[in-house]
Amino acid sequence: MRGAQLAVVTAASLAVLACSSGADKKGDSARSGGGLTAGGADLTGAGATFPYPLYSRWVSEYAASTGVKINYQQIGSGGGIKQLQEETVDFGASDAPMSDSEMVKAKGGPVFHIPSVVGVVAIAYNLPGLTQPLKLSGPIVADIFLGRITKWNDSRIAALNAGVALPNSDILVVHRSEGSGTTYVFSDYLSAVSPAWKSGPGKGKELQWPVGLGERGNDGVAGQIKQTPGAMGYVEMAFVKQNRLTAALLQNAAGQFVMPSDEGATAAADAAIAKLPANTDYRISIVNSAGATAYPISSLTYLLVYQHMSDAGKAKKLSAFIKWALTKGQQFASPLDYAPLPSSMVPKLLARADSVASGTGR
Amino acid sequence: MSEDVAPLVASRPTPAFVEAQIEGASYGDRVYRWATTGFALVIPILLVLIAWEVFRAGWPALKTFGPAFFTSSAWDPVNGKFGAAPAVYGTIVSSILALIIATPLAVGVAIFLSEFAPNWIRQPIAFFVDLLAAIPSVVYGLWGVLVMVPFIREHVMPFVKDTLHLGDFPLFTGAAYGPSMFAAGCILAIMILPYISAVTREVLRAVPRSQREAALALGATRWEMIWDAVLPYARSGIVGGVILGLGRALGETMAVTMVIGNRHELSASLFQPGYTMASLIANEFAEATNDLHVSSLMAVGAGLFVVTVIVNVIARWLVWRTARAAGSAA
Repeated sequence: MRGAQLAVVTAASLAVLACSSGADKKGDSARSGGGLTAGGADLTGAGATFPYPLYSRWVSEYAASTGVKINYQQIGSGGGIKQLQEETVDFGASDAPMSDSEMVKAKGGPVFHIPSVVGVVAIAYNLPGLTQPLKLSGPIVADIFLGRITKWNDSRIAALNAGVALPNSDILVVHRSEGSGTTYVFSDYLSAVSPAWKSGPGKGKELQWPVGLGERGNDGVAGQIKQTPGAMGYVEMAFVKQNRLTAALLQNAAGQFVMPSDEGATAAADAAIAKLPANTDYRISIVNSAGATAYPISSLTYLLVYQHMSDAGKAKKLSAFIKWALTKGQQFASPLDYAPLPSSMVPKLLARADSVASGTGR
Repeated sequence: MSEDVAPLVASRPTPAFVEAQIEGASYGDRVYRWATTGFALVIPILLVLIAWEVFRAGWPALKTFGPAFFTSSAWDPVNGKFGAAPAVYGTIVSSILALIIATPLAVGVAIFLSEFAPNWIRQPIAFFVDLLAAIPSVVYGLWGVLVMVPFIREHVMPFVKDTLHLGDFPLFTGAAYGPSMFAAGCILAIMILPYISAVTREVLRAVPRSQREAALALGATRWEMIWDAVLPYARSGIVGGVILGLGRALGETMAVTMVIGNRHELSASLFQPGYTMASLIANEFAEATNDLHVSSLMAVGAGLFVVTVIVNVIARWLVWRTARAAGSAA
């Protein structure tokens, strides 16, 4: 508990930074961020920083149309899970699903994972003089991040990029220095495509990186790639556009080379969801998804809510907000470089959101 | 002191109304004394409580890994293995590097300001140097990322590696990322310079005029006067200023995190990315969900505490020794 409080304090102070940079880059987020105070909010939520620009837009749009005020604080996925477990917020948000042991520690009982939007992680690089996007495959990316491929003109990269003049320079690997949902998704993907990665660094929000340089935040990684010729790293798709970086074409499970895009991510989610049983808890990975147009490094980000909230009024409000987010809210995703949920998912999620409202005490 | 004075006052023959006043005053004195004693005790108690809490929180990690926690360089949250050696090493090396760069500069600035500078320029320069201390560390960090690191990568590193052909020298090996132990040392040097400089300036100004006049009267040049008469007199104060800077450097977090490269690896090369204990905690605390991970970060905090205490003890000893040496020489 003390850890959680400390984490919140740390995160809150860092959020000041993240907030200002996020606001600059994502335009609309500042508008809602400033106006709300925790005291006047009908609902409070905390968690992932990655979907913050979208959630912040949702909060302001929702307040404008319904008058319901929601305060969402971007303190990180881990912090969001902790606060939900302690019941200090009405809902949490996380890029990685809660583990079974984390679910057990939740004081308010069973937790629903409700996917809210699909995220896209791009492989960005800086090779001046290259005119077309580089083609890469999963195993090659894994070997670069394992330190097994160290030069840009490695024969395996050259084999996929016939006719491209690759420099004989070091690949300068850049990764996140702090725990991050982006790292979780990226390492999830590398574990899926590379046995060596799976048995080595593995999958997590923080890893023991075999090579490279740690930078803080998506903007830190993007900034480092932008200013360093020869650098390669992974960032959320929005940061590729904002920083005018180049993203690599990545080979998907169907063998196609695809650029990171919201359509590709939605397609990946669609293909992954199709295989799920009806009673799924959605704690799934959609990386390296089948489907000809699927972009392989895609992920679901979640709203975490208790199935039975103790306050019936709040449960009703939260349920209504989630249903709004799953339907009307989805139109705000693409402009902010998130991928909307595939339409196949929405009816089931709406039913689940409805069941939150019907909960009456524990 | 007050106990020595009080009987002296009381033993004097005094008119009754003064006696009464003293009675009242002594009651006030007692309250005042207890209050200030309380305030003074709060600080050590707070320190002990903080240390206790940090050690308690870090204990599970220290118990799990033993002394290897501070000698191993594995930091693998996925498999629950933690070793803080690179962070301890990085904290010490970046701070020492900063001292090596900052001390001559800061002492030079102080000597210029106290011995050579005409009055009209002394105040503005002193003001600007002091202003360095007022810049928030995140601003240093941004400047470091956007200006200093690219400069180091594009000019300093190629110069050392290609022009001086020192690329194979152990201190300068490896790929030229830019963010590095060297970059961290440089930014820390700028950040601690005002502290060392301000203390040194005051100490030099406190050197008695007679000391300077005596040296000059013996036929010393201005340089000899400063080097042989003024600096030795001020030595313990200068060492104290340097230690103050070192203390700041050891704990500095934000700016270092932004330029050091955050890499868990022991490397002799100053051009390679590294890590410090403070930046490790700042980076990982928010997303550390696993208990052992949190505990390991607290143990790193405890380690930083110990390193700081050790450095301060050494510093006290240095100041004491130089003061004594200066005393016996004089």
